[in-house]
Amino acid sequence: MSTKNIEEKQYLLRFKADTKSHLTVMDDDICMTKCPDKICTIFCPAEVYKWEGLRMQVGYEGCHECGSCRIGCPYQNIKWEYPKGGHGIVFRLA
Amino acid sequence: MPEKFDVIVVGAGPAGTSCALVCAQKGLNVLLIERGEYPGSKNVMGGVLYRKQMEELIPEFWKEAPLERPVIEQRFWMMDKESVVQFGYKGLEWGVEPYNNFTVLRAQFDQWFAKKAVEAGALLINETVVTECIVENGKVIGVRTDRPNGEVYADVVVLADGVNSLLSKQLGFHKEFRPDEVALTVMEVINLPKEKINDRFNLEDNQGCTIEIFGDSTKGNLGTAFLYTNKDSLNIGVGTTLSSMIKSKMKPYDLLDYLKTHPMVKPMLAGGESAEYLAHLIPEGGYRSVPKVAGNGVVVVGDAAQLVNAIHREGSNMAMHSGLLAAETVIEAKHRGDFSESSLNLYRQKLYDSFIIKDLEKYKDATHTFENNPQYFKEYVPMMNKAMSKFFTVDGTPKRDKQKEIMKSVTAERGTFKVIQDIYRAWKAVK
Repeated sequence: MSTKNIEEKQYLLRFKADTKSHLTVMDDDICMTKCPDKICTIFCPAEVYKWEGLRMQVGYEGCHECGSCRIGCPYQNIKWEYPKGGHGIVFRLA
Repeated sequence: MPEKFDVIVVGAGPAGTSCALVCAQKGLNVLLIERGEYPGSKNVMGGVLYRKQMEELIPEFWKEAPLERPVIEQRFWMMDKESVVQFGYKGLEWGVEPYNNFTVLRAQFDQWFAKKAVEAGALLINETVVTECIVENGKVIGVRTDRPNGEVYADVVVLADGVNSLLSKQLGFHKEFRPDEVALTVMEVINLPKEKINDRFNLEDNQGCTIEIFGDSTKGNLGTAFLYTNKDSLNIGVGTTLSSMIKSKMKPYDLLDYLKTHPMVKPMLAGGESAEYLAHLIPEGGYRSVPKVAGNGVVVVGDAAQLVNAIHREGSNMAMHSGLLAAETVIEAKHRGDFSESSLNLYRQKLYDSFIIKDLEKYKDATHTFENNPQYFKEYVPMMNKAMSKFFTVDGTPKRDKQKEIMKSVTAERGTFKVIQDIYRAWKAVK
């Protein structure tokens, strides 16, 4: 059985993306100056967060809505809400 | 249109639906609000549903519920890099009525279960997020949703909004959880023909097997992996405390791939096709993390109240039972016409008198002990593997000498005093 990388794993899922992000990095400067590890880019199970040198890119469309980034951000710098009703990830199996 | 219900339940998972079902059966006017497209569309579970607590809600549910396989075998693996020490139990009595537990796929099961609550008279509204509780004079009197004019009122609001429970945090029932109070778990559903599953796991069509995997499955971090059999698919997943994931700088999906390609696991998945990938948090703070569970006009159930026994991978059953206890409390409160905190505190009392809090209390130090003492997963599991290998390798060494060598290597690695301390500490954490 082939091992799937994260892009392939995400491709298995159904998302009904909202037009507006339910995740907000409140201050990119905090990521830049205080957070050398940018740990959310590592532990996020959907690779939602990508550091672009000056700011954090937030690919909210692929979010599993697990809540790890809100709890795991060492600077409580992520505002985390639920996507609008009926939007976001749609698990079909487990 | 301010509409008023007897009860509003937020979240149509096992806890919320249980509560809605029982309240509706007793003739209460129930609104069940779900943020997903359908119940189950946001919910994730490794896959074990326990018969006992479900049966209390729907007798003989196994005759009609969408279940996968009744579990007749539970295996435990202490896994090293190229070996595994196994133990477990297989019993045919679990394969016949009334059964012990079942594997399920939640998206299907939760829809069916919510339909039962609707048939009992509850009103289910999907695709609706509750943004906050409406509080007046210190009492929760309803909820605000993300629908236009989306205020709804009730005597009691039941928060079954899952592990993240933004609502109970808003009410000040608990602070934000710490990364060591939650486990980040990822899993895949892997399609595999039924015959292959039966052959590989030594099962008949209507028999299931669960394997809990410790040790190298998490690269020695605090957590576990699991491999469960569905009818014609497998659920394989792995999780560690979020704090361990952060500390070790692991990507959860890389850890999952590490597990899937582990030589002890890979052959069991061979030829399978990934069908879904899912991530979720599990509340694993245990007894000390249970928040305030009752207030004026409000109670908290299931994952939202951190009701998970991580050691025994029990959660859905605690969710359902807490939903039932909350429903009983609401029904009694309705008779008294009193929905104050002191009245609803009956729920707290019922919870603390039940197996739920008793079991959480039993293991109240376990997570902390294992989090602060990584040697159990990092050192002892490999040691067990080496010991077994040595003991069962026939090389002409007398068995008594082998035993001595094993004991010597264990105490050499950890030191005699430390070994005794470790044993005592582990015993204390789970006694």
